[in-house]
Amino acid sequence: MIQTLFGSLDEPEKKSIFDRMKQAVSRTRENLEQRIEGIIALTREVDEATLEELEQSLIASDLGVTTTEEILTTLRDHAKRQRIRDGAELRQLLKTEIKAILDQQDRPIRAVSGPQIILLVGVNGTGKTTTAGKLAAVYRSQGKSVLLCAADTFRAAAIEQLEVWSQRSGVELIKSKQGGDPTAVLFDAVQVAKKRNFDVVIVDTAGRLHTKGGLMAELDKMRRITQRLIVDAPHEVLLVMDATTGQNGLQQARLFTESAGVTGIVLTKLDGTAKGGIAVAIARELNLPVRYVGVGEKIEDLLPFDSEAFAESLLGGG
Amino acid sequence: MFENLSEKLQRAFKSLRGQGIITEENIGDALREIRVALLEADVNLNVVKELVEHIRIKAIGQEVLTALSPAEQVIKIVRDELMTLLGKDTARFQFASRPPTVILMAGLQGSGKTTTSGKLAAWLQKGGHRPMLVSVDVYRPAAREQLKVVAASIKASLYEGDLKGEAPGSALVERLAKEARREAVNSGCDTLIVDTAGRLHIDEDLMDEMQRLKTLLNPQEILFIADAMTGQDAVRSAEEFHKRLALTGVVLTKMDGDARGGAALSIRQVTGQPVKFIGTGEKPTAFEPFHPDRIVGRILGMGDIMTLIERAEETLDKKKSEDFAKKALSGDGFSLEDFRDQLRQIRKLGSLQSIMKMLPSVGPFQGIQQMADQVDEKQFVRVEAIINSMTPKERNHHEIISGNRRKRIARGSGTSVQEVNQLLRQYAQMRKMFKTAGKGGALQRRLMGTMGGMRGMGR
Ligand SMILES: Nc1nc2c(ncn2[C@@H]2O[C@H](COP(=O)(O)OP(=O)(O)OP(=O)(O)O)[C@@H](O)[C@H]2O)c(=O)[nH]1
Ligand SMILES: Nc1nc2c(ncn2[C@@H]2O[C@H](COP(=O)(O)OP(=O)(O)OP(=O)(O)O)[C@@H](O)[C@H]2O)c(=O)[nH]1
Ligand SMILES: [Mg+2]
Ligand SMILES: [Mg+2]
Repeated sequence: MIQTLFGSLDEPEKKSIFDRMKQAVSRTRENLEQRIEGIIALTREVDEATLEELEQSLIASDLGVTTTEEILTTLRDHAKRQRIRDGAELRQLLKTEIKAILDQQDRPIRAVSGPQIILLVGVNGTGKTTTAGKLAAVYRSQGKSVLLCAADTFRAAAIEQLEVWSQRSGVELIKSKQGGDPTAVLFDAVQVAKKRNFDVVIVDTAGRLHTKGGLMAELDKMRRITQRLIVDAPHEVLLVMDATTGQNGLQQARLFTESAGVTGIVLTKLDGTAKGGIAVAIARELNLPVRYVGVGEKIEDLLPFDSEAFAESLLGGG
Repeated sequence: MFENLSEKLQRAFKSLRGQGIITEENIGDALREIRVALLEADVNLNVVKELVEHIRIKAIGQEVLTALSPAEQVIKIVRDELMTLLGKDTARFQFASRPPTVILMAGLQGSGKTTTSGKLAAWLQKGGHRPMLVSVDVYRPAAREQLKVVAASIKASLYEGDLKGEAPGSALVERLAKEARREAVNSGCDTLIVDTAGRLHIDEDLMDEMQRLKTLLNPQEILFIADAMTGQDAVRSAEEFHKRLALTGVVLTKMDGDARGGAALSIRQVTGQPVKFIGTGEKPTAFEPFHPDRIVGRILGMGDIMTLIERAEETLDKKKSEDFAKKALSGDGFSLEDFRDQLRQIRKLGSLQSIMKMLPSVGPFQGIQQMADQVDEKQFVRVEAIINSMTPKERNHHEIISGNRRKRIARGSGTSVQEVNQLLRQYAQMRKMFKTAGKGGALQRRLMGTMGGMRGMGR
């Protein structure tokens, strides 16, 4: 399954990913669609009341008041200028607007010569360890040699958890003991990867709240240690965020970016009913692209992000 | 970044000046501000609608009192409304007449069930109980191992059970639960805390499993463990869990962050069940009974002074703080040495930003919340470096720090003379400010003592 899904990461197999993304967020879509449909049935013209209802739909999807208002302002403006009168057109326009925000900053993953270092960071319990395991399988399926690094030495049984994932994905693990220095394990892992020419190192870090200065400084230190060993590393710092996250997600993204230099988002648990709309707010404010979405607890439940499918699924139609 | 609700309301009520009564027309802006504030705090949209409607009805027709500003008056209504919704009954816990009392932990993936199981066990131990822990999470990698480590760290009993190579599934889950219950009785434990696997509320199979666990164990408490950072979706999951299990209470975890925690209101609204505890950290002791009044201030962005004071009291060396306060507020003022001590203490509390955000933005700390976003944490490291480069004599007698000395200090600390100058200037200002504050109230003094000198630091 994973083979067909991730035949190539750069050029995803359009159809299956699209379908799965769609399926994963279909609940989201149905909800929004129902609401929008309901609105549109009520009014034949696109009037202020319609837009107000649309506003509520977006807020209910966790886009946040500010982002919603800005999107709506643009939409209102365009709708007027283009004399949009029916709901389908308006929906299409809204979709384009949301997709544009998500695409704005979509830069490709930097190519490197040495091992590519990927750091997974985020607040507690979002799915970092699980994503590390899934991601290892993704790269493995592309024929890359992968090393997992257990840099969460704090949480109970975090190392054992990643160990299971390393077995599942058939990937080697570098670890130390609980209570050990996370920077030291990271250092070891990068050294090993350099010496033995691994293609990718995926680093699982301990969950931490962005408000804890000391713990955030630790991430900064980890980043610098990596840099010392490989000049342009870490190549990806992925902020793993739970799709149920509300407005606090924005502050998470801000502060993790400050300390850890986040390059992209992984939106997990999108198989639930939460919509992950905060990702739109983050993209808009911080220019951070969503790289992957988590859609379950199994190894194959990680998909590359497809803004088309996401926006499409959010709003339906097309 | 955030403008505090009370400030927004002040602005919204500008038009009200000179009018004697709150009316439909003149409260419009204020209601909009309230709506936005609640939404920014992640209170569910429908809950917000209902709340705002209640507030509108209560406010309209009220005479504008002279003692309070209209904004204050409306804030009081908002507060009361939120308090009513959250309810007063909180940390009451039900125990079975015939032990063991069974507590079932339920919730979405990663919400904090396993950690909270340990915290609850530690809390019960402190109350003289003998809890036993069991994990029936046979699905997630190392989930049972995690609880084992947690149990060992608090020296609580654990029923480990034997998987006997059985495939993960509900049959195994039920067997472990049954065995654990028997083991609790046999070993004289009076409570059994059952940690379960995280599950989505729309996962039919796993929700069925949860219902069967309930039938099997007949628990006194079924706690919904929810993440304080949850957004609009909180109502959906909470509602479904409640429908299936008839929850008896909620634990709101990760409250040590800066999420406003509006999910508490949403969950309370759809389940009718009280938030009983909050989680305030990863350690087994980071667990407290829930206080509705505190979260109300937090949801409204009006600071969480009580939590700050408590955290300060836990973390800081009380005597040092008091000494500092006494010195700072009295005629002599504090030395740079004292200041450095204080700086080090504050840093133990967390990032300065997070501390500053907990302060209310009215009264003596006006403006501090807004400053928080401009604070450069690294600046504090440099300040400490500068003071470290001084001789003890210089630290205690700042007036002897001449131009030459300043140059030496700058070199020693890897900073510039300007930075040293700036620090000394700010230090002088702070000394003065504290002496003035010495004439202030008790709370202010208490806070100033622990917060020593933050105000002068932001640029
Ligand atoms: N339904 C669903 N569950 C997920 C997904 N990703 C992770 N999970 C679950 O979420 C829970 C937390 O995942 P972890 O990988 O342990 O999260 P973490 O960020 O490493 O947690 P800490 O290290 O404790 O901060 C586990 O129960 C995972 O199985 C997803 O995409 N969908
Ligand atoms: N900062 C903070 N972290 C917490 C709190 N409660 C739990 N955590 C952390 O949140 C993460 C997830 O906690 P767990 O107890 O593993 O969550 P769970 O619900 O058992 O997760 P699953 O079993 O995978 O569904 C861990 O990193 C915990 O240390 C809290 O109150 N504050
Ligand atoms: Mg982890
Ligand atoms: Mg657990």
